Amino acid sequence: MKEWKQDDRKRVANRRRMDTTLKLLFLAATSIGILALMVLIIDIVMDGLGHFTPDLFTNYPSRRPSSAGMKSAIVGSIYMLLIILPVSFVFGVGAAIYLEEYAKKNRLTRIFQLNISTLAGVPSIVYGILGLTLFVRWFMLERSLISGAFTMTLLVLPIIIVAAQEALKAVPKARRDASFALGATKWQTVSRSVLPSALPGILTGVILAMSRAIGETAPLVMIGALTYVAFLPEKLTDQFTVIPIQIYNWISRPQTEFHELAAAGIMVLLIMLIIMNITAVLLRNKFQKNI
Amino acid sequence: MNTIIEIDKLNLFYSDFHALRNVSLEIPEKAITAFIGPSGCGKSTLLRTFNRMNDMIQGTRIEGVCAIGGTDIYSDEVDVETLRKRVGMVFQQPNPFPKSIYDNIAYGPRLHGIKDRKKLDEIVETSLRSAALWEEVKDHLKRSAFSISGGQQQRLCIARALAVEPDILLMDEATSALDPISTLKIEELAQELKDRYTIVMVTHNMHQAARVSQQTVFFLNGEVVEYSDTEQLFSNPNDQRTEDYISGRFG
Ligand SMILES: Nc1ncnc2c1ncn2[C@@H]1O[C@H](COP(=O)(O)OP(=O)(O)OP(=O)(O)O)[C@@H](O)[C@H]1O
Ligand SMILES: [Mg+2]
Repeated sequence: MKEWKQDDRKRVANRRRMDTTLKLLFLAATSIGILALMVLIIDIVMDGLGHFTPDLFTNYPSRRPSSAGMKSAIVGSIYMLLIILPVSFVFGVGAAIYLEEYAKKNRLTRIFQLNISTLAGVPSIVYGILGLTLFVRWFMLERSLISGAFTMTLLVLPIIIVAAQEALKAVPKARRDASFALGATKWQTVSRSVLPSALPGILTGVILAMSRAIGETAPLVMIGALTYVAFLPEKLTDQFTVIPIQIYNWISRPQTEFHELAAAGIMVLLIMLIIMNITAVLLRNKFQKNI
Repeated sequence: MNTIIEIDKLNLFYSDFHALRNVSLEIPEKAITAFIGPSGCGKSTLLRTFNRMNDMIQGTRIEGVCAIGGTDIYSDEVDVETLRKRVGMVFQQPNPFPKSIYDNIAYGPRLHGIKDRKKLDEIVETSLRSAALWEEVKDHLKRSAFSISGGQQQRLCIARALAVEPDILLMDEATSALDPISTLKIEELAQELKDRYTIVMVTHNMHQAARVSQQTVFFLNGEVVEYSDTEQLFSNPNDQRTEDYISGRFG
């Protein structure tokens, strides 16, 4: 048995102090984030609560703030989602399945991969320019709902592909082996064994991508979403507006009442985001329980 | 005894690594053959050539003949899915699907087109009975396969392999992750199954090889040093290296 040495104890005390300091530092880092979010929410709710009325949801935009609403923007955003969701799900998950399960791991695949990861970080305004050239001009879809939705699809695709790839990668190899060893083809293995295991992760990624899509403004400004729309789009080729653009429009006006309307609009957007995130969490839990 | 697997001058390369060297071997039908040898000598590699699981490793190249029931399984006329239906495999770690016990067993038959509920029920029961698991799980077939013990999971994996009615069952260290009692159960099970199936098992446990197998193959550095009747190989090996290995002088 060794003797307790004094300098040992001193060193331990020093390490402890270091530990506590770091802990406080990390706590502070977390609190700053949460605090900022709280301040933001409180500020917005205080400004916007007065205008958070049924009128907001049922009225079209108007020059008079007292009767202005964002019906066309809310409906526009929902329509956009309804187009983006299935299209980006099919293409995004399809691409991820190809890259993870089918593609040989060679130079070409690595180049693809690098491109996709890079695209996930490209500024959204660039997608706006791409959409303008591709959909509005070349495909002559005009400044329409469908042009906007396709542009947003391009924007979220890399995010979905990367998330779905991660989810597929996380499925243990043993599970694929078990399926192949029973005589399953590639597609049988992917559809019956791999995808069910990866689905919660994929869905979470897709929903997070959707919340990115409903908050984006810049690319739609490029495409030419209108700031004043007093009708609901009826065809895919109709003109449209969305919530963030309506908010942007209200904020850029001088009257404070419009600023309050903007705050109410932000509340609508935030509520939608929260609902989507809760759905993501619930889905994940539900699937995990099924396993 | 009839020969079911016949390997002639088989060479296997993982890219430029020569993993199996000039292996020639005959495996008898409806008996247990054990593969023994030090780690990395190619036992799993040879086992995986029997159901072509090596095909999925990029850069694998094979020369020579590996015939099952008289047909070269690497020829064009054999399709891999049918081969794997005939040659089942049980892995080192129990690897049930995250599905119910029932759906685990029914997975294979469903792949091959069986949809009829009654027929599936029947297959599930017979497979679980064959794997000596029926009595333990018959009252909760709908429960997750992860809710049973590791040893039971491994027997579930055996039942799952049996459900597609294979002729051959490959077991790669199927008991090495299990406790002694579960191991014993699986050894007993193998003994029962060998009347109906050809079993090839890789094991690191020489006692296990001696206990359960009829034929033993000794590998070293990608070569088959010796294979013969288990009793003969353990009591009176032909090759000095075999003797050194089984007496525990290396490996
Ligand atoms: N996918 C692979 N790519 C490249 N080399 C491999 C691969 N799998 C195995 N090898 C090599 O081939 C040799 C034989 O491997 P194998 O897994 O067949 O050995 P083993 O006898 O089963 O060993 P163990 O008893 O440890 O399981 C080893 O040297 C191993 O490093
Ligand atoms: Mg091995």
